[in-house]
Amino acid sequence: MITKRIIPCLDVKNGRVVKGVNFAGLNDVSDPVALAKYYSESGADELVFYDITASFEGRALFTDILTRVASEIFIPLTVGGGINTLEDFDRVLKCGADKVSVNSGAIKNPQLITEAAKRYGDQCVVLSADVKRVDGVFRVFSKGGRENTGMEAIEWIRRCVDMGAGEVVVNSIDTDGVKKGFDLEMLKAVCNAVNVPVIASGGAGSTEDFIELFKKVPTVDAGLAASVFHFGEIKIPDLKRELHKNDITVRLV
Amino acid sequence: MIAIVDYGVGNLFSLVSSLKHVGAEAVVTGDSNEILNADRIILPGVGAFEDAAKKLRASGLDTTLKEAAARGKDIMGICLGMQLLFEKSYEYGEHEGLGLLRGEVVPMEGYIPADLKVPHIGWNGLHFKKKHPLFRYLNEGDCVYFVHSYFARGCEDSLIASAEYGKELTAAVARKNIMGCQFHPEKSGEVGLKILKAFSEGVNE
Repeated sequence: MITKRIIPCLDVKNGRVVKGVNFAGLNDVSDPVALAKYYSESGADELVFYDITASFEGRALFTDILTRVASEIFIPLTVGGGINTLEDFDRVLKCGADKVSVNSGAIKNPQLITEAAKRYGDQCVVLSADVKRVDGVFRVFSKGGRENTGMEAIEWIRRCVDMGAGEVVVNSIDTDGVKKGFDLEMLKAVCNAVNVPVIASGGAGSTEDFIELFKKVPTVDAGLAASVFHFGEIKIPDLKRELHKNDITVRLV
Repeated sequence: MIAIVDYGVGNLFSLVSSLKHVGAEAVVTGDSNEILNADRIILPGVGAFEDAAKKLRASGLDTTLKEAAARGKDIMGICLGMQLLFEKSYEYGEHEGLGLLRGEVVPMEGYIPADLKVPHIGWNGLHFKKKHPLFRYLNEGDCVYFVHSYFARGCEDSLIASAEYGKELTAAVARKNIMGCQFHPEKSGEVGLKILKAFSEGVNE
């Protein structure tokens, strides 16, 4: 049976892993290559790297780190951050990424999804959406969650999947950094709207949050988190054992 | 020396790195002689069947692979590379494959239960159908990473492992010197590395 995936996310700036709390106030956590190796060995099913560098030098440093990670770690790697053109896809795929996640780049130019899916296949294109409730409506935010695009989120996600996005990461800004559990209502709405894998992001604070996620939204495929893993608050082998105990199918290593 | 067939399809970075990791010597090449002189051959592939089959034929490497197969050289296809080993595929039309294995490639949609997502993406357990040296370092149920929307059927004579996704799906095949994995060993962590190690050491039954 297909297993539910556990995915640590590494935000990388100037060659170091950082984690924002509600997208602001970054603080250094660890070395990306060492951390990636540690996660792979502890049973992470996949890794996501977000390049949150703005500078040219930072970007070069990021691709260098990506190359090192991909040379040593043999699980799927998704890369996001600053992906605006097909050349950006090319750049990270050449360094060993398997999937590329688009967010603001797709909002600016939705055609990017169509073109990338045509060139690299749907399985390679991941839509990442930062979603927040505004007056009771799910809205898509851009620029790292700072700007309300005004677009209705479920409609946007459905449209991106129709254009060729093969997977969707739903990041709830409302629950991100709060550590009180995933945004089950939002995730259910997305899962009902699309038939591609959905990855839940934002809000994981404990092992119970992951159990609740997979029990209450059984069509969710994966749970993604950063700080709870980086700070060792949740250890992946323990998490997977608990999920297994609760009859959720996971890959045990 | 392992020749990784380069015919302009897919990303070979991880495959090269993972073979290096298990201590195998590998070269990415589209040169017919180099492929025929290699000890073993890997046919990779990601993307659409028709496009890949056309590229193989345009480069003349289809003939090279058939000749290598006839000479008894070990050939392993990975993902789309495995699908290309079969007689034909029904991915957007009907397309001829290399015909090195009996069977055909068909859509998962309509075969698996309608509530399951296509593509089949993620880690799934291997169920062995036949004992095979490719799996000599593995245990029943070990998980590997899949990404595909089409699967091989009618290949009972070569089926060595399946995966369960609502229905039974072909996960790995082998017949004499021709073998293939639907999943990605180069993305399947330690389990995948063990398969590549077994292949690089030789898999004579």
